[in-house]
This record gives sequence, C-alpha cells and structure tokens, in this order.
Amino acid sequence: MPPTAFEIHDMTVAYHRRPVLWDIDLTIPEGKLVGIVGPNGAGKTTLIKASLGLVPLASGKVEIYGKEYREQRHLVGYVPQRESVDWDFPVTVRDVVLMGTYGKLGWFRRPGKKQVATADRCLQQVGMLPQAKRQIRQLSGGQQQRVFLARALAQEAQLYFLDEPFAGVDATTEAAIVELLHSLRSSGRTVLVVHHDLQTVRDYFDHVILLNMRLIASGPVETTFTNENLHTTYGGRLTILDEAAEAMRQREPNR
Amino acid sequence: MISLTLSEKVMIGTALLGGMAGVVGSFAVLRRRSLVGDMLAHAALPGICLAFLVMHSRDFLGLSLGALASGLLGVGLVTIMIRWTRTKEDAAIGIVLSTFFGLGVVLLSKIQDPAIGGNKAGLDSFLFGEPGNMLNRDLVLLAIVAAAMLLLVALLFKEFKLVCFDSDFAQSQGWPTLRLDLTMMAALAVVTIVGLPIVGVVLMAAMIIMPAATARFWTNRLHLLVMLACALGVTAGVVGTKLGHALPAGAAIVLTAAAMFLISLLLGLQRGVVWSALAEFRLRRRMANEHLLRSLYELSEPRLPDLDLLSIDQLRSDRHWRPWALERLLHKAEQGGLIDREKSSVRLTPLGLHRSATLTKTHRLWEMYLMQHANIAPDHVDRDADDVEHLLPESLLLELERQLAAEGRLPQIVDEVPESPHELPSTSGSAEGDRA
Repeated sequence: MPPTAFEIHDMTVAYHRRPVLWDIDLTIPEGKLVGIVGPNGAGKTTLIKASLGLVPLASGKVEIYGKEYREQRHLVGYVPQRESVDWDFPVTVRDVVLMGTYGKLGWFRRPGKKQVATADRCLQQVGMLPQAKRQIRQLSGGQQQRVFLARALAQEAQLYFLDEPFAGVDATTEAAIVELLHSLRSSGRTVLVVHHDLQTVRDYFDHVILLNMRLIASGPVETTFTNENLHTTYGGRLTILDEAAEAMRQREPNR
Repeated sequence: MISLTLSEKVMIGTALLGGMAGVVGSFAVLRRRSLVGDMLAHAALPGICLAFLVMHSRDFLGLSLGALASGLLGVGLVTIMIRWTRTKEDAAIGIVLSTFFGLGVVLLSKIQDPAIGGNKAGLDSFLFGEPGNMLNRDLVLLAIVAAAMLLLVALLFKEFKLVCFDSDFAQSQGWPTLRLDLTMMAALAVVTIVGLPIVGVVLMAAMIIMPAATARFWTNRLHLLVMLACALGVTAGVVGTKLGHALPAGAAIVLTAAAMFLISLLLGLQRGVVWSALAEFRLRRRMANEHLLRSLYELSEPRLPDLDLLSIDQLRSDRHWRPWALERLLHKAEQGGLIDREKSSVRLTPLGLHRSATLTKTHRLWEMYLMQHANIAPDHVDRDADDVEHLLPESLLLELERQLAAEGRLPQIVDEVPESPHELPSTSGSAEGDRA
C-alpha cells in the first residue's frame, strides 16, 4: 500500500455565499497521475485553488502526506492556468522558472548559481532551454505552458497541481507534458491535473476524480471512469456524453 | 546642505522625488495599479485642507499626514465600492477621485477667504505644485523617504516581482501576498504624498506612471526597468526644474517626462513604433521580392532550361500586382541583375534563375512539410521559410525532396551559370512524363 499523498475531508467552498463545492471527500495514494474531470463550472479549478489555500474553505480540511497544507507547502508544486498572468511582463523565460525556487529561498535572499542551475535543468526537461533568455511575450501558447511546467518542476515538489495544462497547446507540448507526467510518476511524485478532454483520460491517467459541484466518484480509471459515472457527472449534456461514449467504444477493442 | 541655494535645493528635491516615483511607480504600473496613484493624489486634497484648518500652519509633515489619511480613505472607498456594489473599478476610481477633488477645491476656496483662513496659506500651490516653497527640512524628509523606498525595493525585489507577475502562485508558495500588495500600495501612497507640494495633486500621477511606462520601451528585464525608471525620473526632475525657471515647475517636470515618453514610444528598442514600422516595411518588401521571383520561376518552369521572355501582363495577372508596385519591383530586379527587360517583357538571367529556383524549392519544401507534418511541430511555423533547411532533420528534408521530385515540382538549382541546355533534369522530366 503506497502512502496517502493527498486527502480532502468534508471540503465545502462558497463564493459569495453560493456553494461551488459540496462535501468533497477524497484520498489519493502516492505516485498516481490523477485527472480531475467534470463539466464547465463544476468546480475543478476551485478544488485545486481551495486545496492550495488560494480560496477560503467554508468547511473541511486538506491534508498533504498526513499534515495540514500550511506545514507541507514545500512539498507542493502548482501550475496555474496559462491565461492567469500577463505574458507581457518584463521577465525572461529563465526568470519565470527561477520563481519556482523562491519558496525554498525564503525572504530577502536572491536566487544564485544553484537556483539558476536548477532552473536550467527544469527548462531542459521541458525542451525550453534554448529559449531561456527570451522575453516571455515571444513564446507560443504551448511554449508558455512548458515554461509554467518548468517553474513547477523547479519547486522540487512531491505533489503537483496542474490547472488545464493541455488547454490550447500544440501536439509537441502535449507530448512533452505526457512524457513529463510519466517521469514524475516514475520518480514517485503524485500529480493532479484538471482535464477537459474525456477522450484522453484513459490514456493519460491512473486515477480520475469526477466532479460536478459534488464528488461523483474518485478512484482508478478502470473502475471509476464508467459510462454510468460519466452520465451522473455530465447530467443531461448528452452531446458531450455521446462523444465520450463513442470515444470509449472506439478504444475498447484496443485494450 | 545649509549652504545650498534655493534652485539647488529645488533641483535635488525634484530629482529625489523623480527617482523614487520611478522605482515605486514601476511596480504600480506592472501591477496595473497606476491609476491608484492618481486617485491618491486627488483624494489627498481635502485632507491637506483639513489638516491646515486644524493646525493653522503649512507644516509639511502635518499636511502630509492629512493628505495620507484622506488619500487612503479614498482608496478604501473605491475598494468597498468595487467589492459591494455593481460599480466597476474604473468608474469607482473616477467617482471617488472627482468627488474628493471637488471637496478639496471647496475647502481650498474657504481657506483662501480671509475671514476664515486668515493668511493666504498658499495651499493652492498643492493644485499644480510649487517646488520653490521647499525648505531645508522638506529636503531632508524627501531624502529620508527616498532612501527608505530604495531600501524597501532592494530588500523585497524578488517578492514584489513574484507578486506582480503571478500572485496566486506566490500565495501557493506561502508568500503573504496581501501584505506584500499592501506594502507596495503604502510605498506608492507615501511617494505620492511627499510629491504633492512639488508637482501638485493634478500632475502627481504622471510622475508615477511615466518613468516606468517610458522605461518599458527600452528593456525586457525587470531590474533594468526599475533602474531605468529611476534614472528617467531623476532626469525629468532635473531637466524640468531647469526649464521651469520661467514656467510652472510641476508642469515643466511632467512635460519633460512626457517628452521622454514620446521619444521612447517612437524609438524605443522594445516595440518602438518607428522600428516596428520599419521592420514591417522591410518584411513586406522582402516578401514582394520573393513573390516576384517565384512567379518568374513558375512561369518559366514549363520550358526550362530555356529562359523564355515573359510578358509583364502575364506576370501581373499571375499575382494581381498593382502596376506601379510591379514596375518598382521589376526595376529593382533588373538593377540586381536578376532579369533582363525588353519593352513589355522580361526574362530571368542565369543569376535570376538560380535565386528564384532556390526560393521556390525552399517554399515548396516548406509547403509540403506544413501539409504533411505540421501537426508534429506547429511551434516552428512562425519561422522564416529560409530556416527550413536548418530546422528540419536531414532525413525528413530528403524525404520531402523525394516527394517533390516525384511530383515533378523539385526545382533544380544550378550553382554555376548553366552553359548548355543539356542540364535538363532527367528526374523531373520523366516525372512530368509519368504524370501526363
């Protein structure tokens, strides 16, 4: 039995007194790639943000390796949605990746040779080292995403939260992300990924969290990513559902 | 310092103000908070007047505290309005700013009334600034504040940078983003308030915004941007004061900053308008040339290696050139020895054939690559077509060339000037035959 990397108890989150997440309870074992799946407005991003303490919990608690988030921050890496920042900001690619090391650096200290070496190694891992000195405005969408991934790698964490890393990226980046996920898993890291594309869930993830304001199901893909659960998650949105069912039907014979 | 003349004092004071406004303003501008400086400044006016009414003196520190209090009250009101009403940020800033300013002007007129204020307090200098009123202790205060601001930014540079760029990420790492944000705001407030007597409530925002906005045209690195904004602020202060002998000093300083902004907007290395326009013009001209050469090649292609005369009309209908544009291109090409002209016809020279064949080959390889393999690496699509041979792996290039040759569309590039017509490329010839 691998240890539990991430646990949520009774989490309820409300914006302006309207609940967006109800009574979420889930447990993720170490070393899994976990897809967080659900329709728009299901609270996928909120689940991540609440876990990271970026939005207040109305109730419940979050535990990372058995302790409160506050104490375990150094174990956590985060990739926010790409659109959440100003890509015209006057920094280079390497500057952004260095930001991943700030958490461990602490107050007032500047990144030095060691941090630069870490940043460059992470850039290398996502295939962006040649662009290290570029201003971030000059990057394509997929390259921006890879810079964000490199920044998260520079956090040298055990547990990663990725918010829609596959949204609007090119095939090279998609392949790079998948490869990165695999290398993280094989080194014992746990990764939670907000994901939109139902068709690739089976290929990319071991675990899946099906979410629609409340937790529909959470567990291994084989037993959890079922038609029935998808039906509950997506409700009457048959078009999406049919696509998913179709995708699964097409995949079944290959397995 | 005591032996300084007034004009020297004024110059040092405005330089100090310009420098710290540049540094603190950089973060305000990057955090999209530049209007907060404007609002603070306008909202400070009633505070200044009230402080005067209470103290009955022009004591700099006392007036500054009054200014700070009402400025922060204004900021607080805006925050509340955005949070709890349906008013959006820009509207809320506009409303609070003008209301406080109106209130300040009313109070000011009451103070000017000899029956109430007694002395002509000279408070109206706060409207447009009057550095000539500067006392030694004002200068000392400015120096202390400037030193404190520089120290603050030097210490918290990394933290400010992170919060300005991605505050959610900063918070996830455990940084107290709210407190860091408030620290930046407080620094902005302090700089604004000490600047009020010098450039005035109306123009203070320009001191905050312009050095940073100007510096942005010259650098893509934050630390350079902050240093440059500092230097630009100092320059605006010094030059503005020099020019300001005959002019209202605050306005002269702001106009100096504006002049530097305008120059940078046009000539700045990063996105200066002139360079962008020039680059755009060059790109268009190059593309037009390449289009012409490709048209010439494609029209000549069926009868290669013979180089036929091509009528200009034919050429024109091939790409819908405008006559004058085509005329200019042909003239350039003739000067470059790429074509020979005979009245209304042209012919590629051997040099022209070489160039146009190279171009066409590159273009076709690229086209084929995009059609067949683009899904592998659309990241590369924004590169110049010229790069194709350096960019793609050799095996892929050979494969693409083979495919082009099979379609009979691989241009043969002859390095030397062809001397005999026997160089008819057999592969292309036979492929052509196969297709027919």
